Amino acid sequence: MSKVLHKFTRKVPKWRPRVQPVKLDDATPTQLDALQVTPSNTKVSEYVLTLAHDVESLKVRSPLFNAIMYDNGGMSRTERELGAIAASMVNRCIYCAAVHADRHAKLSNSTEVTDKLLARGFHAELSTRDAAIFNFARKLSESPPQANADDVEALQKVGLKDDEILDLILSTSLFGWANRLMHVLGDPMQPDEDL
Amino acid sequence: MSLFETSTLVVSGVSAESSVGGAIATRSNIFEMTQLAEAAVLRPLEYGMFPHDFRATLAYRIAARAGESGLAEYYASSVGDKFNLAESIMIEGEPESTLIPFVDKAANATRDIVAEDISKLKAVGVSDADIVRLCELIAFVAYQVRVALGLRLMNGGA
Repeated sequence: MSKVLHKFTRKVPKWRPRVQPVKLDDATPTQLDALQVTPSNTKVSEYVLTLAHDVESLKVRSPLFNAIMYDNGGMSRTERELGAIAASMVNRCIYCAAVHADRHAKLSNSTEVTDKLLARGFHAELSTRDAAIFNFARKLSESPPQANADDVEALQKVGLKDDEILDLILSTSLFGWANRLMHVLGDPMQPDEDL
Repeated sequence: MSLFETSTLVVSGVSAESSVGGAIATRSNIFEMTQLAEAAVLRPLEYGMFPHDFRATLAYRIAARAGESGLAEYYASSVGDKFNLAESIMIEGEPESTLIPFVDKAANATRDIVAEDISKLKAVGVSDADIVRLCELIAFVAYQVRVALGLRLMNGGA
């Protein structure tokens, strides 16, 4: 039997919803449209089926998520992932932290940064640039947020331009959103292959 | 509505002429989609057990507790005269006495949420769909709070 994970990992867990997801067979035409279900694409995750209960939000959030994390220009995708990881660690979203630690490792072709974060958490010793990014994202993610003018100045001192700082604010804040869905509505479970 | 009239940019106090206006303009699609997301969680067609005024009152509460007074005032003013009524209703009786602690915990102590918090909502009659709707509202406002603060800091504000 799968067990709920409580420690951060880079190995992506399974996600078990705490509410009953929408059943594909019972989905309304509006839900099917938002889920982008077609005869050739009927694979929809439990998470997305859960969010299909609020189809108006789901429909606008998916393109917004993609724009913030993947649009060209501004901050590198790897550094945007660092913002996502910081938020997920503050909010203890094990699932989100794993997905985005894994993505960071793949995008950077290195596990060095995420190894340190997994081993030492908020005490990890990162490069000057990564440390300024991670620190700002961590403080912005606290409740209430703790980021201040000195933290922005620290970003500027390590060379971040306005467009990069804006992308960091957006990616970090987006995970304040994602964590409050993923962590609140479900549990991160040990993957089947580990049983 | 132009880019700098979207509510998140208005409450953050940044304008097209501000030093960060240029960077923001390159991400205009994101701020336009943020405005659509606000409409989807604050003023949805399918609002379930949470009418629009109640949603705005919750948004006020989340923003105020996060220290974002400008955003809190924006949501309070959107409720208008009904604001005090909604504020007094929601702290008494069921399921409000379960709902409000849940909203506060999911918004401000997210890391401490456990499965039992969801079970408590179900026990007072909140449907699965309404639980998801409530979480979407909480999560969006948490996002908006942080974007507004971040932009203000970028713009040289405190």
